[in-house]
Amino acid sequence: MIKQDKGIKLGDNIKGIYGFEGTAKISRPLVGMKIPAGFPSPAQDYIEDSLDLNEFLVPRPSSTYFVRVDGDSMIDAGVFSGDILIVDRSLEAVNNKVVIAVIDSELTVKRLKIDNDRYFLVPDNKDYPAVEVEEWMNMTIWGVATYVIHKL
Amino acid sequence: MNYPTIYALADCNHFYVSCERAFNPSLENKPVAVLSNNDGCVVALSPELKRLGVTRGTPWFKIKHLIKEHDIKIFSSNYTLYADMSFRVMTILERFTPDLELYSIDEAFLNFSGLNEPDFNRYGSTIRSVVRKYTGIPVSVGIAPTKTLAKLANRIAKKNGSGVFCIDNEQVRRKVLQRTGVDHIWGIGSRYAAKLRKRGIDNALQLSLVDDDKIARDMTIVGVRMVNELRGIPCSEESCSRLQDSDDIAWKKKASSFNTSYRDEPRKSIVSSKSFGRPVSKYRELQEALYCYCDTALKKLRDQGSVAKRITVYLTTNPFRNEPQYANYREAVLPGYSAYPPDFTEPAVKMLKSIYRKGFRYKKIGVMINDIILQEEAPIDIFDTAYIDDQRSDIMDCVDKINSRWGKGTVHFAGLGIKRRWEMRRQHLSPKYTTSWKELLVVKA
Repeated sequence: MIKQDKGIKLGDNIKGIYGFEGTAKISRPLVGMKIPAGFPSPAQDYIEDSLDLNEFLVPRPSSTYFVRVDGDSMIDAGVFSGDILIVDRSLEAVNNKVVIAVIDSELTVKRLKIDNDRYFLVPDNKDYPAVEVEEWMNMTIWGVATYVIHKL
Repeated sequence: MNYPTIYALADCNHFYVSCERAFNPSLENKPVAVLSNNDGCVVALSPELKRLGVTRGTPWFKIKHLIKEHDIKIFSSNYTLYADMSFRVMTILERFTPDLELYSIDEAFLNFSGLNEPDFNRYGSTIRSVVRKYTGIPVSVGIAPTKTLAKLANRIAKKNGSGVFCIDNEQVRRKVLQRTGVDHIWGIGSRYAAKLRKRGIDNALQLSLVDDDKIARDMTIVGVRMVNELRGIPCSEESCSRLQDSDDIAWKKKASSFNTSYRDEPRKSIVSSKSFGRPVSKYRELQEALYCYCDTALKKLRDQGSVAKRITVYLTTNPFRNEPQYANYREAVLPGYSAYPPDFTEPAVKMLKSIYRKGFRYKKIGVMINDIILQEEAPIDIFDTAYIDDQRSDIMDCVDKINSRWGKGTVHFAGLGIKRRWEMRRQHLSPKYTTSWKELLVVKA
């Protein structure tokens, strides 16, 4: 549903323009009345606003990143291999959030569980074990996942 | 702080390297090099690589033998990624000041004058940690009563570990100046620094005590302005250019002959932008401003004898107003290096058209020129259409001469384009993590 920005064709002399579409308008007319079935609808006269997915999914564009998931350790959270996660780095990683963590220089998506001073990275898939974060692992939180984009 | 004006310079530490690290944690604490186009020489390097004796500008083949031994990570310039990260950093900085002035792809001045802030050290630390958290990019913040002093404060901030340094009283100012060699002052080239040293002026404090008349004789009004800034007296660009206009030709002659000795290092990125005096909503007005800023930026580019290949256009509303907000940018890659305005204005206008949205009140529009190299370093183009080889450089020489003789803007462009193609070598390019769906960062699940 997010607009794919492949770069705008600019004729022969420009290779491409790339940009993160901050508040692209993806128009889905929001109609403030129920359309009576069977009647010709003068709906156009009643269009009040249009919905912008970015406004809903990316309220803070400067700290929001998209990442692609590889693996099935989070399938019970509805996160499947190949899905795209929307990650907001400005959010605090609190208990029970799905986070992107860096462990051993590798980025991984897991659920963060905080029990007093103990930190766990917990997969949402019973085939995988939870990992307690020890100091030597040098774990850092890269960002907090807010939405998953999954093709049905 | 007991000064009427306060400026901060926020400068991203080894920016290109930091951008690569933001998406690739395995690069932390490793020596990292980012290469120029065509993978020619090192344009950015991490402190770990610096410690191995490598400097900016080192040709890549000269360090090839070190790569295996020290596990050096090499990247081609991923300007698309850097431009996107730059826009993010600048958007975040914009929240901390009503007046942000982009200075290059990785530096910006924040005007703090009149801000009701009891502790600027703490404010600087907040800026630093927010930018770090939101983007992964480390920034250093230098705070002082003038921009020139803020630049000096920033140099100290980079070294002192905390990443923030504040020149907040006269004692500190004098101490900083005393410890700053004349060759480290913003705007003093190495040749002129040597000249000053010959006269026994070794540090910035000594320079700040020289009479204005003497400074003016050597360094024109530009020098006087700079020295005043060292003294803590801000000199805005507007008041300075007005001074220059009034004295006209004599000054200009002097300034141009002086320019050879008094010149900054070639800039690696050039920004031209200004906040509007009033909010602007009409596309037509934005486009006019865009042409104007393109012109200014390209004049700077030609003045330093360089050509460039990338242009970014950005547009923002005023985050301090309680009204609908919008900010966006686009970047275009030219087919070859150029300093010819139509090569830049044509894509710039197209980009503006694509990011412009009706119904917003815009505060600022700007252009940034990146991927800058010296004209003589421009690669030879097999299609024989390089800027230097055809008539575009002659045309611009001519235009610049006419304008310097008859006044700025006597001759200017209505807009035209030339079609060319050129591919460059980028063997070590990282993914476009933030701008291409196909190249997103991958996380293990």
